[in-house]
Amino acid sequence: MVQTMLLNDEVQLLRKVPYFCRVDPCKLKLLAFTSDRVCFEPGQELFCQGDSAEAAYVILSGIAELFTNTSGEDIKIGEASCNSIIGEMCLISNSLQAVTARAKTEVEALRIAKDTFFKVIADNPRINMEISRTLAENLRGSRFNGSNRIDQPAI
Amino acid sequence: MAGARTDLHDSSNGLYHVPLNLPADGLSVAAPDEDLLMEKNLLRYIWNHTRPHQIFILGIVLLSMIPYFMAFDLPKQIINGPIQGGGFETPGATKAFLDFSYTIPVVQWSISFDGFDLTRLEMLMALSAVFLLLVIINGLFKFYINNFKGKLGERLLRRIRYELVDRLLRFPPTTMRQVRAAEVSSMVKDEVEPFGGFTGDAFVQPALLGGQAMAALFFIILQNLWLGLIAGLMVGIQIGIIPKMRRRLIDLGRQRQITARHLAGKVGEIVDGIDTIHAYDTTNYERADISYRLGQIYRIRYDLYYWKFLVKFVNNFLSQLTPFLFYSIGGYFALRGTLDVGQLVAVINAYKDLPGPLKELIDWDQARQDVQVKYEQVREQFEPGQLLDPALQTLSLKMPDHIPHPLSTLNLTISDGSGAHVAENVTLKIDIGETVAMVDNAGIGAESVAEAFGRAVWPTSGRVMLGETELLELPEAVTGRQITYASSDSYFFHGTLKDNLLYGLKHAPSTPEPENADDATARRWEIEEAERAGNSIHHPDADWIDIRSTSVSTGGPDDLARSITGALDAVQLTPDVMELALHSFVDPKENPVLTERVVQMRFALREELDKAGIGGIVAHFDFSTYNKEATVRENLLFAASRQTTAFDAEVAEGEYVFEVLKTANLFELLYNMGLTIAENVVEIFAGLPPEHPLFQQMEHITVDDIGFYQQFMQKRRRKPGLAVSENERKAIVKLSLYYIEPRYRFGVLSKDIMDQIVAARDLFYTNLPAALRDRIERYDPHRYMGAATLRENILFGKLTHRSPDAPVKIRKIAARLTREMGLYDSFIDLGLSYDVGASGRRLTLVQRHKLSLARALIRRSNYYIFNKPLPGLDRRVQEEIVKNVLQFLQEQDNNPSVVWVLSNTSLSRMFHRVIVFDRGSVVEDGSYETLDMKSGIFRTLVA
Repeated sequence: MVQTMLLNDEVQLLRKVPYFCRVDPCKLKLLAFTSDRVCFEPGQELFCQGDSAEAAYVILSGIAELFTNTSGEDIKIGEASCNSIIGEMCLISNSLQAVTARAKTEVEALRIAKDTFFKVIADNPRINMEISRTLAENLRGSRFNGSNRIDQPAI
Repeated sequence: MAGARTDLHDSSNGLYHVPLNLPADGLSVAAPDEDLLMEKNLLRYIWNHTRPHQIFILGIVLLSMIPYFMAFDLPKQIINGPIQGGGFETPGATKAFLDFSYTIPVVQWSISFDGFDLTRLEMLMALSAVFLLLVIINGLFKFYINNFKGKLGERLLRRIRYELVDRLLRFPPTTMRQVRAAEVSSMVKDEVEPFGGFTGDAFVQPALLGGQAMAALFFIILQNLWLGLIAGLMVGIQIGIIPKMRRRLIDLGRQRQITARHLAGKVGEIVDGIDTIHAYDTTNYERADISYRLGQIYRIRYDLYYWKFLVKFVNNFLSQLTPFLFYSIGGYFALRGTLDVGQLVAVINAYKDLPGPLKELIDWDQARQDVQVKYEQVREQFEPGQLLDPALQTLSLKMPDHIPHPLSTLNLTISDGSGAHVAENVTLKIDIGETVAMVDNAGIGAESVAEAFGRAVWPTSGRVMLGETELLELPEAVTGRQITYASSDSYFFHGTLKDNLLYGLKHAPSTPEPENADDATARRWEIEEAERAGNSIHHPDADWIDIRSTSVSTGGPDDLARSITGALDAVQLTPDVMELALHSFVDPKENPVLTERVVQMRFALREELDKAGIGGIVAHFDFSTYNKEATVRENLLFAASRQTTAFDAEVAEGEYVFEVLKTANLFELLYNMGLTIAENVVEIFAGLPPEHPLFQQMEHITVDDIGFYQQFMQKRRRKPGLAVSENERKAIVKLSLYYIEPRYRFGVLSKDIMDQIVAARDLFYTNLPAALRDRIERYDPHRYMGAATLRENILFGKLTHRSPDAPVKIRKIAARLTREMGLYDSFIDLGLSYDVGASGRRLTLVQRHKLSLARALIRRSNYYIFNKPLPGLDRRVQEEIVKNVLQFLQEQDNNPSVVWVLSNTSLSRMFHRVIVFDRGSVVEDGSYETLDMKSGIFRTLVA
């Protein structure tokens, strides 16, 4: 069995997640505390495309692969490793999971349940700001990456 | 008659009991008049039902008078004779004892007995012995009479209560809707109660007391005519005035009865509406309402006392006025010399026997009026103007013949409570084997028509026909079995899930009662008594379940079981029942076989999990190792604690835990561990508002606790050397006791502590106090624990916190094992023995709706009427259930018809035929495809 990581270690890791890097460690501790620490075997799915979004995951160790299934075939679109958060966008937009996340190696993750996520956000405007900032940065990134969806004039 | 009927329709007053009240077209739903009305006068009611007994008991009472008066005379004889020596003037003198001579008149035969010659002492003993004998005889008479009267009263009470409930069962639906349950039950239970006590005295008392009073009056008149007439006049005034004064009392009594009944109704409403009351913060409004009602009752009672004592005063005054007249007027005439003094004394002496019986007679009369008023009040409520003919409800053992006739309505019009027509001129025909969806565009026409099919409402005009006969004309033994009606507001009775599920099969006791030699006599007595009180002679514990009318009917022994599982599966209630079973506690002593198998399953599950390579998702209990997924406390106890409501037991358990911790030198360790936890917890929760939902996630920590820990930590930081009280220590240790490492992840549970806790388990058990021994049941992998739920027994461990889909995985494997090991049926049975609570309130609303539907499916009928049975259910689930139900019913070999009022219009494509209602009338009728093609209302509904 892997030597269990302590709450304080989790907080340290959470601080490396872009959303949470400027948030008061005390609040992060609350977030970590109210979340479940879960473990996935290689090949196990964290969540599946089309499932209702129940939680976001912060990867604490290991690598999760992200797939999208368009024509009956899984196409890998990326990987998430230590310190990244996945599934949070679907939580915010309250939509179905857009991708499938599957553990590539053994994955340790922090499972932030939907209501916990919202509760913590509601209590900490700072997190809200961070999420907006990250979103904005991503959008900027996608514009410079040549994606055209932002350039279209808003109606 | 027919004319009257039409007239009443035209007035369209909506009170649909009116037309049906009149036997139209030679049909009569209502019972004949003599049955409709109850006897107006309670005395006559009592007389009608107890006449022979009343005459008999009157005879016995008269007979009992003989020894009674003999015993009166005897003391005088004893004193005058042997004690004072009357007749024994000479020593050695003897007197005859028991001598008599009697000559029968007319025939002039004389019977005589010379008696025994006895001396004075012998006489004393003999007479005393006779006295004792008379005492015993009188006592026995009294015993017998009281017993008999009591029996008479109770029998009558039983009869009247039964009659009231019988009438209730025959009330038409409209009347029933206006009835408040608690009021009716208070009438049946409390208001008729005094009738029982009165019955025994109803005739005996007035006969006896009247006789006594008449005798006393007669005796006075015998002494002196004029004084006798004065006494008679006063008695007349008393009898004339007092009952008049009591009118007010009776009036108040009536008010009291009604307010008390309303109070009962109100209390019932509070119980039924408690959720609404809490939801809208109206508890104080309800308090005010109750207070007002109690105030009214108080006022009436107060008035009642006032009048009662006033009447008493007047009564006493009048009865004392007579001696006053005797003294003054009689004395005056005695002084004048016109009246003999001896006569006057005799009259005054004779008078003292008059007020006693008179007063009791007046009291009796008051009791009579009192019960009469009560009776009338009750009677009024139970004469609704129309009752179902008792013949319609005759118990029938025979299965009704299958009538291969369609169910139809003819110009059916239905009104709601206000008189507005909710369905108008509906003419429909439902053929055998047809499945019909009914949908509403506007209004509740479809629902009302379904209710009319289910006889939950009666037509205002027009009729519902089963074949050639009007539905309401057919005995309920036919309609209640041929037609199955289910709606979302079906009622559930207090009992197990299974009782409720099989309720629809209990038409008649299908097999004769098993003759058990031991209670055969007792049972015969019960039946005899029931017959004497005009009650039903059937026993509710007889086998009422009609196994011939189950849905699955192959004639095999498992028809019932298969119907149950089929119906439960069709409405998707099986997982709920399984869940109830897993939550239940099973006593291994009562179910040795089942619990043994569960223990086997425990091992099998473990093996299967290992085989599937996911053995790690359960941390099993092992006496020699620490279970990381369980709390420290659970690890120490290593036992299941029996659920009790007694708070004491929990406290004792807690105290004992601390004791063990101290002996094992763990207390200090856990205290230090608790300090770290407290520090963390305070850090995490500090600043959170008390209403924060996160607090609810913590099972053992409340907002107040956090405040306490915060203060405690601050105090310690400021003055490190401060003494810590025992209670504070315990509070901190308590934090450690509920600690689970993988859940909290504070990293405070060292291997050392874990080992020590495991070692302390033995210690915990060696000194376990006797009081706790019953409560605590140690984990034993080879034994079933009665103190733990079935689920805990199967799992025998804790699910790991680290695998989020552990429950799903386990459930899948456990479900397979349950079937493989043949435990499935036993578990379902266990779930079915769940107590549903009053009106099924221990089930969720959705479960109740599903249960109602399942209850309907278990019955084999030719027509199934489902009136929006699944409102508020997920669209997808609704669709699945409708599909399952139709499929389940089509498997029956009797080709049943199904009428389904849908709340979800799109489901109508699963039916042969769709009937669309708009404002109470049928606007479209046809197959789904044809209606879908037309551009009518239906298309807009489905779109």
